[in-house]
Amino acid sequence: MSYKAKFRVWRGEGGEGRLEDFTVEVNEGEVVLDIIHRLQATQAPDLAVRWNCKAGKCGSCSMEINGKPRLGCMTRMSTFTEDETITVTPMRTFPVIKDLVTDVSFNYTKAREIPSFTPPADVKPGEYRMQQIDVERSQEFRKCIECFMCNNVCHVIRDHEENKPGFAGPRFLMRIAELDMHPYDVVDRKDSAQEEHGLGYCNITKCCTEVCPEHIKITDNALIPMKERVVDRKYDPLVWLGNKIFKRSGPKS
Amino acid sequence: MTQTAADSPARRQRAQIKERTLRTDQWWRYPLVTFIIFTAFLVYATWAIFDMDYFVSPYHAPFASPCLATSCPEEARLFGLAPFGDWYTWPPGILILGLPAGFRFTCYYYRKAYYRGFWLSPPACAVGEPHRKYTGESRFPLILQNVHRYFFYAAIVIGLILAYDAVLALVHKPGGLGTWILIANAILINLYTLSCHSCRHITAGRLTHFSRHPVRYKAWTVVSKLNAKHQELALVSMFSVMGADLYVRLVAKGIISFPFA
Repeated sequence: MSYKAKFRVWRGEGGEGRLEDFTVEVNEGEVVLDIIHRLQATQAPDLAVRWNCKAGKCGSCSMEINGKPRLGCMTRMSTFTEDETITVTPMRTFPVIKDLVTDVSFNYTKAREIPSFTPPADVKPGEYRMQQIDVERSQEFRKCIECFMCNNVCHVIRDHEENKPGFAGPRFLMRIAELDMHPYDVVDRKDSAQEEHGLGYCNITKCCTEVCPEHIKITDNALIPMKERVVDRKYDPLVWLGNKIFKRSGPKS
Repeated sequence: MTQTAADSPARRQRAQIKERTLRTDQWWRYPLVTFIIFTAFLVYATWAIFDMDYFVSPYHAPFASPCLATSCPEEARLFGLAPFGDWYTWPPGILILGLPAGFRFTCYYYRKAYYRGFWLSPPACAVGEPHRKYTGESRFPLILQNVHRYFFYAAIVIGLILAYDAVLALVHKPGGLGTWILIANAILINLYTLSCHSCRHITAGRLTHFSRHPVRYKAWTVVSKLNAKHQELALVSMFSVMGADLYVRLVAKGIISFPFA
């Protein structure tokens, strides 16, 4: 069953722009990205949108739909009423290239700032032996499709551009947690998580978890455990004393 | 209509949208309800601290437990002891409520709730916050939230004391409604305490090799299951402790006086 839907789509370049109104056909079973494509095909051939898999796995079509960060390809039109005006804007935290396409290079910069997985020097590739229970906690974080909606929604940088240099965002704080929990990673990441990557900025309001299309429990399973690890290292005198008494010198046990 | 507003060149590169949010749902309900519930709890707790009708044998109001001074009724003293002696004459709640209050104040769930509901930082996801600057928990005073685990240790003790009070009530008045209210409250308080993120970390969360610590790993899996319900337990136990406390005080004041009260 088809109907005509009212859409408002943000159009512009380099930040300057406006919301443009469209009336467009919607068919049963379609998602918001289908409608954006129909707009391209019928009314706005120069409308820019980044997309790839249309299956919620590539993380390309992140946008804000009625103010909420969503994947265009995973937002069903059936979740809206027929008389509802649907507003589609680019992610607000990143610079706009054109229309719905943002420059997400902030995230690539942050990714490069995190030291990669570092196994012990005496363990060669092929010699890793890990039990499933030792790695399964980190495996949840590997579901990340890098849509960057968690970083987009995080108010630390969304509302405060000035925090960008010192804050990696939930996506990459989760990466730090993943590596810190890894049984074969030897880099001590607790001090840098707090001092260089801005874990202390996180006030655990869980918006990253709310918007994650892969339903990763970013806050509960990555950020808070990482905060607790930082407390072990920097703020808990009992742990410090225990390490001294029992001569626990290694960063990981 | 061209929308332009910005504070910095970098910010100007973002989509210039004047509206604080374009959300069309009732995003304001969560912070509003949080604000109302927490304010009600604070008002009640403030009243309860100074209310002296906190004990009616065998019921002990949770907000005034344990009693640690000779000014408390003899039956109300923890194990009959009064380590604070004669000099402490203020209500017992003043002495001990800081510990459970500190536990809840620094709790990861409550932090989320009051940062949203009271400090509007942010009021809801993808809704602009009103503050011009933000440093979060990276600096004083909010860096002190990292003391949470010490309040967790204290909360374990308080939880055990509330369980002990409930057992005493069960022994002396097994058919009393108040007994079962105190038992339900003690269970919920202890479940909330055990579901804490710090507890999860202490059991085994801090380890990287679960396989080398099977007992701790087992404890972690149990706490992790509870932890998934931490928010619910935090709220339910808040209502239960308030309800149990009010019930005991109403019985102590004679306002509730039916036979199996």
